[in-house]
Amino acid sequence: MSGISPLSFALLLEQLLNGLQLGVMLFLMAAGLTLIFGVMGVINLAHGSLYMIGAFACAAVAAATGSYWLGLGAALAAAAAAGALIEATILRRLYGRDHLEQVLATFALILIISEGTRWIFGGFPLFLDVPPLLQGAAPLPGGGAYPVYRLAIIGVGAAAALGLHLLISRTRLGMRIRAGESDREMIGALGVEIGRLYTLVFALGAALAGLAGGMIGALQSVQVGMGEPMLILAFVVIVIGGIGSIWGALVGAVLVGVVDTMGRFLLPKAFALAWPPSEASAMGAAVASLLIYLLMAVILALRPQGLFGAASR
Amino acid sequence: MNSRFASSAAALGAFGLALATSPAALQAAPLKVGMITTLSGAGAGLGVDARDAFALALKRADNPEVTLIVEDDAQKPELAVQIADKMIQSDGVDVLTGIIWSNLAMAVAPNAVDQGIFYLSVNAGPSALAGANCHENYFNVAYQNDNFHEAMGQYAARTYANTLIMAPNYPAGLDALTGFKRYYTGELAGEIHTQVGQSDYAAEIAQIRASGADSVFFFLPGGMGIAFLKQYAQSGVEIPLIGPGFSFSQDVLPAVGDAALGVRNSASWAPDLDNEASRAFVEAFKAEYGRLPSIYAAQAWDTANLLLSAQAKADVKDPEAFRAALKEADFASVRGKFGFNTNNHPIQDIYVREVVKLDDGTLTNRIVETAFTDHGDAYAEACKLP
Repeated sequence: MSGISPLSFALLLEQLLNGLQLGVMLFLMAAGLTLIFGVMGVINLAHGSLYMIGAFACAAVAAATGSYWLGLGAALAAAAAAGALIEATILRRLYGRDHLEQVLATFALILIISEGTRWIFGGFPLFLDVPPLLQGAAPLPGGGAYPVYRLAIIGVGAAAALGLHLLISRTRLGMRIRAGESDREMIGALGVEIGRLYTLVFALGAALAGLAGGMIGALQSVQVGMGEPMLILAFVVIVIGGIGSIWGALVGAVLVGVVDTMGRFLLPKAFALAWPPSEASAMGAAVASLLIYLLMAVILALRPQGLFGAASR
Repeated sequence: MNSRFASSAAALGAFGLALATSPAALQAAPLKVGMITTLSGAGAGLGVDARDAFALALKRADNPEVTLIVEDDAQKPELAVQIADKMIQSDGVDVLTGIIWSNLAMAVAPNAVDQGIFYLSVNAGPSALAGANCHENYFNVAYQNDNFHEAMGQYAARTYANTLIMAPNYPAGLDALTGFKRYYTGELAGEIHTQVGQSDYAAEIAQIRASGADSVFFFLPGGMGIAFLKQYAQSGVEIPLIGPGFSFSQDVLPAVGDAALGVRNSASWAPDLDNEASRAFVEAFKAEYGRLPSIYAAQAWDTANLLLSAQAKADVKDPEAFRAALKEADFASVRGKFGFNTNNHPIQDIYVREVVKLDDGTLTNRIVETAFTDHGDAYAEACKLP
């Protein structure tokens, strides 16, 4: 029957990988967001702008030098530098204030950074090519194939998750981050230079967002405003995962990525059992775009603190 | 004072010239045009081309009575509505034009024409404004949305047996699928609705891979098409792509590169269309901006020239006469022949084009065959204009 293609193993596997790849991108965004909230108690709406800065830096440097890898390095550096600058000049003054003022200030930052980027690069999107090393598709078991570049994104995301885990559980910096999460005043009293720790954590979170932006630039067009849709999804992820929890960000991100991708793929098919294909497709697409918010609502109803959130927060 | 003197001297000179050449120009009255178009974001390429061609046509006409103001709608309906209100109420425009996207056109055009403003569409042609809700002040100089897709449906019916079709879930996307299916007679391998502004098509490409289709028809204008084509090229899926001209337009091709070579698509115009107006247009546009014009530029160029032709014949403050002057379509269209149907939408030829590479490496489209001759639209009958 038209409109319904068979649900083969290869198709399911490919869609699962798509969900995982989206999840990995979301994790890179959400990890920084949740780290910054956990350690400093700041809601940073400008996190999407750091993602955009990463993408623009990557596209501009790759276009100037011809090397994607230099571009990716520039993405990390530019986003980290922008993050450190924002922390040192603006956010530092807001730690004592309530969340509303932080939201207001970081929202202003979105507008400033977007207009600034438009001013420098213009309204036209930039383009970035997949590096030659990662072009093409790799065969999958079951007869399918999958773009090498997306596999690489999944790999980088997994490595970043592992690295972040080791950093937090095994290093002195990680110890301070954990200490900062549980008692900010006490580690200051114990002689840890809290200002530097905050700048470092903020730069780290920004670098992760910049990495995500730099990687996505080769798949999509690099344009002003590209960060905000990701920011909204990243907030959904940390609310689902539990605010402040890295582990929660990882689980939440993969959950949102897979549910969103599978919803867009399976819902039109499910509706097609009862309605004509073209209506089913339109309805399926509409409901699929709501699915992750439904997921968030259900999880919040059952566990208001999120999957891995500390109940006391 | 000097400049006023200079301009009145110029006007006097123009007056003398007009006396000598064309008596119609005697009636020429001031005309203020407001252009609302997309100049930022993923859809910027379309609006920039439309604006550039429109402004160039006015510049070449050098008609001091016609003034143009341009604003960026950022592809947001609410912003377009605000700009339209401002242009009508405080700038006092007589004519609005420029909107690229059908959802924005639906938000702006019906309100504007209800207030006695003329609306000339350079691109969007939603079906809702072509049938029972047509309006005497709404002129579409581009097409009715279904048209290019109808041509591709007809082409696919001759060429393929099992096509998968895909478009975004918004008025023009639904019109696209309707138009394609109106002429396509083969099996449908599937129908996918994407979101407007979507940037990742991995889930859709997976479905295409598994669909068993022998061809994919997709309508994704601007940045959406660029993202899809780049990702499709990396996916290893080999199923041939076809689409309306928008999916392979001059604004999309440089970003996509050789992956688009040989692809068939449909439009009312291509840079190689052989007529004098088209050659002059391509040459002027290239000389001014250093790039090849897209279909959006061609349509905007025609819109500007239509407007100038009407302004030379009638005062916009006399709507009856101005409407009649527009309806005559007495201008040299880059499409060769161009006329208005009973619903103020075009009757024109639609071609199948192919993406080719010029000697200097530029990718562009050339016409390979004519799909429809003197093609109108399916909604004109429902329109009850006098």
